[in-house]
Amino acid sequence: MDPETLFLARAQFAFTVAVHIIFPSFTIGLAAFIATLLVRWRLTGREHLYRLARFWTKIFAVSFAMGVVSGIVLSYQIGTNWSQFSVVVGNVLGPLLGYEVLTAFFLEATFLGIMLFGWNRVSPNLHVASAILVAIGTSMSAFWILAANSWMHTPAGHEMINGIAHPVDWWAIIFNPSFPYRFAHMFTACYLTTSIVILAVGARYMIAGRFEEEAKTMLRMGIGMVAILAPLQLVIGDQHGLNTLEYQPAKVAAMEAHWDGSKPADLILFALPDEEAEKNHYELSIPYGASLILTHHWDGLFKGLKDFSREDRPPVWPVFFAFRIMVGIGMVLIGLGLLGAALWATGRLFASRWYLWPAQHVWPLGFIAILAGWWVTETGRQPWIAHGILRTADAASPVAYGAVLTTLILFVLVYTSVFSMGAFYINRLIETGPSKRILEAETDKAMPSRPLSGGTAAAREATDKHVNTTREGADD
Amino acid sequence: MTDMSYFLPLIWAGLLGLAVVLYVVLDGFDLGLGILFPITPAEQDRDVMMNTVAPFWDGNETWLVFGGGGLFVTFPLAYAIIMPAFYLPIIIMLLALVFRGVAFEFRWVSKPNHRFWDIAFAWGSIIATFMQGIILGGFILGISVKDNAFAGGSFDWLAPFPIFTGLALVVGYALLACTWLLIKTEGELAKRSRERAKILLVVVLIAMAVVSFWTPLVSERIAERWLTWPNILYLSPVPLLSTIVAVQCWRSLNSKQELAPFLYATALFLLGFLGLAISTMPYMVPPTLTFWQAAAPPSSQGFMLVGTLILLPAVLAYTVFTYWTFRGKVRPGEGYH
Repeated sequence: MDPETLFLARAQFAFTVAVHIIFPSFTIGLAAFIATLLVRWRLTGREHLYRLARFWTKIFAVSFAMGVVSGIVLSYQIGTNWSQFSVVVGNVLGPLLGYEVLTAFFLEATFLGIMLFGWNRVSPNLHVASAILVAIGTSMSAFWILAANSWMHTPAGHEMINGIAHPVDWWAIIFNPSFPYRFAHMFTACYLTTSIVILAVGARYMIAGRFEEEAKTMLRMGIGMVAILAPLQLVIGDQHGLNTLEYQPAKVAAMEAHWDGSKPADLILFALPDEEAEKNHYELSIPYGASLILTHHWDGLFKGLKDFSREDRPPVWPVFFAFRIMVGIGMVLIGLGLLGAALWATGRLFASRWYLWPAQHVWPLGFIAILAGWWVTETGRQPWIAHGILRTADAASPVAYGAVLTTLILFVLVYTSVFSMGAFYINRLIETGPSKRILEAETDKAMPSRPLSGGTAAAREATDKHVNTTREGADD
Repeated sequence: MTDMSYFLPLIWAGLLGLAVVLYVVLDGFDLGLGILFPITPAEQDRDVMMNTVAPFWDGNETWLVFGGGGLFVTFPLAYAIIMPAFYLPIIIMLLALVFRGVAFEFRWVSKPNHRFWDIAFAWGSIIATFMQGIILGGFILGISVKDNAFAGGSFDWLAPFPIFTGLALVVGYALLACTWLLIKTEGELAKRSRERAKILLVVVLIAMAVVSFWTPLVSERIAERWLTWPNILYLSPVPLLSTIVAVQCWRSLNSKQELAPFLYATALFLLGFLGLAISTMPYMVPPTLTFWQAAAPPSSQGFMLVGTLILLPAVLAYTVFTYWTFRGKVRPGEGYH
């Protein structure tokens, strides 16, 4: 395949995956958040928890739909764009994706129906159970996807026969060396991302003086999660980095823009790496910092980019800068979480407008960090698509340049229009908010806008007769 | 081990066939509702139609992932040839599914300005179905393969036969949707669906007959399969049964039955599918690669089979459970509450 077509195929896949990642990284945490709200509501009977659960379920429905449709695309694109990849590693990766469909995709998609529309169709306990099953499904999905992705970085448990990977030990394949770290890192990132969105929405209502009871719950739950997960993520990320150093040293060298492996590495805060001259310009760094972090000795050595031949090096710029964006956001989040927790502990949180005002705008940070981190790890694996087994250049499908170009343009047009509409609708749902009045009004009108239809528990008590009639009617 | 490498590909070909059947049965009427949108202009009717599948569409579409993913898992070589061969139809289908999938949610949250999502749902469904039919037709015609890789052009599928099967599938899914509405709705919408189902049934039967006569003409391999002695005798129950089912479907539409038309229409689809399966067997990539040549090694197929035998019944059980939970008629202005 010629380099231009290869580039288009990569651009197309990078674009569709990048857009897709946004939705699951939000819904994985959101499903757990909604399930937690519902469980707390069942235990305490506090109505605002129910309202919050219904409110977030509407947002979940819109996000999940976008995640599903963009995810189906990927399961086919592996074949349409990367058929040689499918041939070479399909025997090993295929079953992992197959198990994802069977254990996770069906579970979440099916119980989603009950979670969204079962409010008054099934018993409250069964409904809460459905929400929990959806949350479990989304997590299992992440488990299998990350197992497959990790294997592309650190393949294990296979043998190569005639250039094709054959499975030998499934346990070793699934729990390949980078999987535990990657899974912990990504899973924490997902929960963190959702927590930040919830925190930001809570702050938004608090600043506007709307839905105070709900806003307080969201702020407490959001800040509590961020204060714990953001520092934890730093530790997990550090461990993941050490694992990468062991198995993919070229990636780490690019992350640190570390050229000369014979000398200890500085921690570079900023630089313009020059791949031609094999050095950095305008470097601002902390001496011996990177050696200390990665080897735990101030004068420890690890491989530099010059230790790899040019065709085995990943592109330095994207890896280097994306890594700094990710870590930078991580630091901001640690500050946001700890500061919020301190304000909460001293009882000043809900009155601290100087904290809440910026906090309402932090919602995109988790998504940006996830995309940046994904960019680091995937670009850092280049030139390999499956490390040491298959180069990206050898993985593409025999498809014509024009066909790839056309579909790339279509993907960009369709995704940007459809998903920006989705973001617009989500913002409008947030603008409307978990309003009691709206939920009840919708019940009275029995509008077909089904995530709202039915009624709150309060409305159920108040208008017992109405709901009973509807339920009987529906059971005919 | 040699036995395994003989039986596993057969079992998996069967399971993937089942996945395709389940997809067609479950998502067929689902897509069909979108196909019926342009001839069902009233907002209230459209609301009801969407509400009849709203809790299920997600699960229904998952069978498409299971089919595509399953092919990748168990026949990676076939996957690596078929996907590039139908590059454009597959990607257009996926994009069409994006529009119709998000329409389920977007249409409600954008009300009263939901006109765009009505159009997106309708055309997304129509185009996705048409592309599925094109892929089916192109698959029957065969795929050009050299050195275990796709060796044809971007537009190989653009031929009269695949276009015909594409149109036929649009009509077929519309029929399934009409019969589904007989189960799930009442009053004027159900009455109209019954009338439409009769017309669509006739068109579907004509299309099936045309495909049956056309396939032996375009493919010698298929002609040999069906029209030589003693195959013609062994295989004669397929057209015979199809005729009986078609007659029964027509009669059930004329007597006021609600469930039977859907079952007969589905049975008709299954028989059509069986006919196509007989035509292509034992090829995973007609006319070059058989089940065995395209199969993943027994270690992969076996590992997947163990999980599938445990998990697939569970999936089917909770799919049935959801359909049972949301049983009964959907009335205007009601949704599921």
